[in-house]
Amino acid sequence: MSEIKVSCLCHVYSAGTPFEKVAIDGINIDIPHGQLVGLIGHTGSGKSTFIQHLNGLLKPSSGTVMVDGEDINADKTATKKARSKVGLVFQYPEYQLFEETVFADIAFGPKNMKLSDAEIDERVREAAAFVGVPEEQFDKSPLELSGGQKRRVAIAGVIAMRPGVLILDEPTAGLDPAGCEQILQNICDYREQTGSTVIIVSHSMDDVARIADRLVVFNRGEIRFDGTPEEVFSNPDELRSIGLAVPAPTELAMELRRIGVAVSGSIYTNEQLANALIKLKRGTE
Amino acid sequence: MLRDITLGQYFPGDTLAHRLDPRTKLILVIVYIVGLFNAVGWYSYGFVILITGACMAVSKIKPASAFKGLKPVIFIIVLTALLNIFYTDGTPIIEGWIITWEGIAKAVMMSVRIILLIVGTFLLTYTTSPIALTDGLESLLSPLKKLKVPVHDMSMMMSMALRFIPTLIEETDKIMSAQKARGADFETGSLMSRAKALLPILVPLFVSSFRRADELAVAMESRCYHGGEGRTRMKQLKMQGCDLAAMLLGAAFLAAIFIMKKYGF
Repeated sequence: MSEIKVSCLCHVYSAGTPFEKVAIDGINIDIPHGQLVGLIGHTGSGKSTFIQHLNGLLKPSSGTVMVDGEDINADKTATKKARSKVGLVFQYPEYQLFEETVFADIAFGPKNMKLSDAEIDERVREAAAFVGVPEEQFDKSPLELSGGQKRRVAIAGVIAMRPGVLILDEPTAGLDPAGCEQILQNICDYREQTGSTVIIVSHSMDDVARIADRLVVFNRGEIRFDGTPEEVFSNPDELRSIGLAVPAPTELAMELRRIGVAVSGSIYTNEQLANALIKLKRGTE
Repeated sequence: MLRDITLGQYFPGDTLAHRLDPRTKLILVIVYIVGLFNAVGWYSYGFVILITGACMAVSKIKPASAFKGLKPVIFIIVLTALLNIFYTDGTPIIEGWIITWEGIAKAVMMSVRIILLIVGTFLLTYTTSPIALTDGLESLLSPLKKLKVPVHDMSMMMSMALRFIPTLIEETDKIMSAQKARGADFETGSLMSRAKALLPILVPLFVSSFRRADELAVAMESRCYHGGEGRTRMKQLKMQGCDLAAMLLGAAFLAAIFIMKKYGF
């Protein structure tokens, strides 16, 4: 069970120098256990800074972060505990691979948790299975793999720690559509089978809208919208004004309504749009 | 934590010191060093300190930020001072002691000399952007081209190395955070285990440096870079009136030092 409670969180970079910059400003958010949250915002909106607070990599300038009711910045042990509870996959995680073999790299996290060898072995296999890294690759050097495979190994390295909360920063950046699809599918499967909380950071509405239960939109270090995808996408003009777009199907549905094709319901995935159109067609026949 | 490194950091500004031609500043730094090492007595030291202070005032560098650059060399300064205190012959402070008055005087002088040396050279890097610095260096060394010394290539390498320092620091920061998120511990444990803990940072850093170097080479080649032959510059270096004045002041400084040396001040 992992529940995150963030209150009045502020972070100021280089405080007291001419380079001072307020990165996030008064964030309040509760993320209950098991939710899949999409964190969306323009570049520089503070989303990456925010997620680094959730496992204590950055210390808040003010405010608190509670994981399972414990303040993670209370002392060093609390921070360390939070690191294994909240798994953070950075942007382009493939650049952090360093071990000689894929197996050893995935085992790095569990090893740091001082688990027994048998336990490590089990977790590595389990994590590799989640992200679709075949066991034949365990003895290869991670540097020999392709970009998409490397990323999966890196994600497995975090999953192997069995975090109650899995945070991924732009997990699909720079991948081809098939690779994107696969990674998102892996993440969904992982969540379904383990019941973990998952937070995905992205600037792509289309990807996240499909799988998220809840969308949180960041703008200039503040939360601008927080709700179901349907609620958030009902403000297309405001989203556009902060440099974000609604998903393509939503855009198309809005355009159709404007010219008099009355597609009904909330639409933010291709399937929903297709279904609405089929319904409309059947209705008119 | 890595962001605090200030070794040779450039502080943008618009003072007289910033406007001087980098070649002038390079020559003046050499003049300064020669002067510093020819200062023998307390008076000439005082004179050099005064001049350093004046230069700092002109370039509007806060003493605090200049002395921040001294942090990495404190160890060397202390070591030099200690060696001088204990290994100089002369009149002991107290009969039978190894510490002598001459030793203390020498230790103070040596420490002051190292501090001045570093503060003086930092003044150059604080007021001159790395690019201007390498341009100046290339132009000053260009006579060596006749001796087939690859001056252009060397300065190009230097400016690229300087250009990538902040990038590498940023990258190191990022990799460190990523490994910390996987439970890596860089702050506790024995010296050996801490050195081992650096491996997860160094390997990815090396890999990405090679990748970056490769990409940079391709990018340069695809823009037809082929060395210094016939290459023109966007920013032409030009000596101005203030450069001449600065040079004259430099010459006067050196003359003063040598006169003081002659009379043993």
